[in-house]
Amino acid sequence: MIKVLLFAHLQEKLGKDQLDIETNQIKISELKHKLKDQYYLNELDGVMTAINEEYATDEDVVKSGDTVAFIPPVSGG
Amino acid sequence: MAESLYEIVEEPIQVESLIKKVERRESGAITTFIGTVREWTKGKRTIYLQYQAYIPMAVKMLAKIGDEIGDKWPDTMVAITHRIGHLDISDIAVVIAVSSPHRKAAYEANEYAIERIKQIVPIWKREHWEHGETWIGNQLETISYPNGKPNVEDVKND
Repeated sequence: MIKVLLFAHLQEKLGKDQLDIETNQIKISELKHKLKDQYYLNELDGVMTAINEEYATDEDVVKSGDTVAFIPPVSGG
Repeated sequence: MAESLYEIVEEPIQVESLIKKVERRESGAITTFIGTVREWTKGKRTIYLQYQAYIPMAVKMLAKIGDEIGDKWPDTMVAITHRIGHLDISDIAVVIAVSSPHRKAAYEANEYAIERIKQIVPIWKREHWEHGETWIGNQLETISYPNGKPNVEDVKND
C-alpha cells in the first residue's frame, strides 16, 4: 500500500487529505495518471511530487510503505 | 540541541526567541527578516490568510536551506520559524534570524533564506479576499487556483 498526501486545492477538490493506493510498486507518472482518471484530478499536471519527504520526479518509482505527497506550487513566506 | 532552529508553529512567533537561538560570542551582526500579512495586494483587500504546510517536509526543507547557507556563508548561523493556520493582517508569518561575524554575510544569507522558502518549502497560502478566496499558487501570484482550479472566469472578476 502506498500512502498519498494531498494539500491546498487538491485536498479541497477531493474532500480528503490522504488516499491509500493498493499496489506494490508504481511509477510516479503512472500514479498521477491513475489518480487523474479515478478522481478527475487534472490539476496533478502542474504539481511537484515528494517521496518520503524528499522531492522526486515523474520517473521515480514508489513501493509499498512509501508516502507520496503531491506538492502544488508553494506560497510560503 | 535543546531547541530547534527550524520550526513550523501554529502560535504567534516571538522574534526575540529566534534572535536568542543564533546569538553567539563570535557574532558581530544578527539580521532578522519578519514577514507579515499585507492588507492590500494589487488593489485587492485581504481580510485574513490561512497557511497550510506539509509539516515534516517543511521542517526538513527549512533545514536544507540552513545547510545551503552554511555552504555559501560558512560562519553564519540560521534560525527560521514559519507560522501556519489563521493569520490576520499584520500578523507575523515568518521570521528568519541570521548571525555572522560581519554584517554583509548576515544580510545576504537572510535574503537568500526567504527566496528559498518561496521556492522549496511546502507551505501554501489561502487568501481570503474581501470578495472571495483563493489558494495562491506561487509567490509571484501569477498562478492561482480560484475555486480550486485554474478558471478563466477569475480574470473577469479581477
